[in-house]
Amino acid sequence: MSYLLKRLGFYLLTVWAAVTINFFVPRMIPGDPVQALITKQRGQMTSEAVRSLYVLFGLDKDESLASQYFSYLGQLLRGDLGMSFTFFPSPVADVIGDGLPWTVGLVGITTVIGFFLGTAAGALVGWRRGTWADSLIPVTTFVSSIPYFWLGLVAIALLTGPGSFFPASGAYEIGLVPNWDWQFIGSTVQHGLLPGLTILVSSVSGWILSMRNMMVTVSSDDYVTVAHAKGLPERRVMLAYAARNALLPNVSGFALALGFIVGGTLLVEIVFSYPGLGLQLFQAVGAKDYPLLQGIFLIITLSVLLANLLADVAYLALDPRTRREG
Amino acid sequence: MKERILEVRGLNVDYGMGPESVRAVRDVDLTLHRGEVLGLAGESGSGKSTLAYGMTRLLPPPGIVAGGEVIYHLDDGTTVDLLRIRDADLRRLRWSEIAIVFQGAINSLNPVQRISTQLVDVLKAHSASTPRARLDRARELLTLVGIASDRLNSYPHQLSGGMRQRVMIAMALALEPRVVIMDEPTTALDVVVQRQILRTLVDLRERLGFSVVFITHDLSLLVEFSDRIAIMYAGQVVEEAASADLYRTPLHPYSDGLLQSFPALKGPKRELSGIAGSPPDLRMMPSGCPFHPRCARAMDVCGQQTPVLGQSRAGRSVACWLHPVSVG
Repeated sequence: MSYLLKRLGFYLLTVWAAVTINFFVPRMIPGDPVQALITKQRGQMTSEAVRSLYVLFGLDKDESLASQYFSYLGQLLRGDLGMSFTFFPSPVADVIGDGLPWTVGLVGITTVIGFFLGTAAGALVGWRRGTWADSLIPVTTFVSSIPYFWLGLVAIALLTGPGSFFPASGAYEIGLVPNWDWQFIGSTVQHGLLPGLTILVSSVSGWILSMRNMMVTVSSDDYVTVAHAKGLPERRVMLAYAARNALLPNVSGFALALGFIVGGTLLVEIVFSYPGLGLQLFQAVGAKDYPLLQGIFLIITLSVLLANLLADVAYLALDPRTRREG
Repeated sequence: MKERILEVRGLNVDYGMGPESVRAVRDVDLTLHRGEVLGLAGESGSGKSTLAYGMTRLLPPPGIVAGGEVIYHLDDGTTVDLLRIRDADLRRLRWSEIAIVFQGAINSLNPVQRISTQLVDVLKAHSASTPRARLDRARELLTLVGIASDRLNSYPHQLSGGMRQRVMIAMALALEPRVVIMDEPTTALDVVVQRQILRTLVDLRERLGFSVVFITHDLSLLVEFSDRIAIMYAGQVVEEAASADLYRTPLHPYSDGLLQSFPALKGPKRELSGIAGSPPDLRMMPSGCPFHPRCARAMDVCGQQTPVLGQSRAGRSVACWLHPVSVG
């Protein structure tokens, strides 16, 4: 338990470091968001408005860096991430709030499905090594080396178009109002199918490969031979002895993959014009939308950290050797 | 003659297939009698463990049993060939009739499961009993090998090497098998713990009366603990005799060499001579007797013809031209 507390302390420290870096980095890049906004408005702004914008973005020249930093921390605690330029005058928190569910829904679900499907298949293929199952390996190696956004482009080129079941872009049909009715949910599923399958196909083969290799390694371990010698049913030897141990490295990989859900599939969202965080990040970069960039980076950092924490907890639960006595 | 329980006849084990294959066990015949401790000794790589894995069909790939039979005598008088029965039947036989204590005590236990789980699952797989009864039996087994039963909930990494090997022995005895194969059960342990474990084993064997195939490279252990000893060299049995006979008058020069490789506990000091050279490469076996390049007493015939294992005198078999086989 003290181990977990120590880890927790470590993560809190990392969060603080991330938040601090997030504060300083934009202030060190050349250029000024307010100037960018003025340019965007073609200079038609009163000096009064310009000054209030500086205050709004926390770039008040009259304030010291330290007091800027502390008011930034205070704002963060209140969930205030500033104003977005591109979606002005929406606050960044609202913009991210709009995009996050789509990304988590699409990429999160496919990542989880991909992990379970791939791990199960990998365990089976690894267990039946030396049989026809081995012929799957070159195929999965090939598929896992295809960049998923390219797969997405191919899917759009081949499967979408007039009269096709698969829409080429968006998360739901234009004109529908997002709410929990069947029409909307159906449309969402229909729109998510193609980008989801794209991610699934390319991610599942990676899980198959790593699980299969671990399975082959573990299968020659002594305790698996002992389990056979004990005359246990083959299913039990495979699941409780071989797969249970082969799973461990994959679990930490899975936790990391969870962390990259938020920021990792930028390209798929661009290819499919899917209104998630990745697309927003892309737009923010194009529009020099510093507050939005900052906010999205913060969310990505936090989610990677959270995933790492999950990995630690999962490891504690799955591998008794990591538990400290006391 | 005592009742036979396990007979190995003409067992051949290869590693790999086709022209690249290597024969690691060659025409081995062994008989284990009821209640007997049969020792199997030889240098590393002589095929002892391969023989044990081969006869129980536990050989990891690329090992293949290339021929022979392993006849097991069941309690009801019928016999089965372990190499030919169906997988499901073999699985039922495993552990309940023939249990194995493996070489690496450290790695023989599943690191992510409690001792109790691993003791109980073998009971569960082979008998219809209540969870309560199984747990009681597991506790009883631990006590049997001298471990406090409150260690039942420990994970393997919380036990010492000696305790883990004790757990493995307890596990091997869980279903009261009639045969226990022990593959270097004490190799990874220090000398003091080795002694304790062997003591435990001897006591248990006297109480429970199972037969033992004891595999080791340490002939001095066998002389002490086994009834009969078979010496293996390059995948073949080169001599088989009662341990006392073998110790007093080894017939094969290789057995003699092995006996000269450890100090005697009693009697005058003598020079340890060991055996010059190293075991042959199984891919390029010497012609004739496989031992002749290392043998101090080799004759012309040794390089030309292979001696076969046969009775040279009452109760003793040897494969050596120094001791011509008496036919009939």
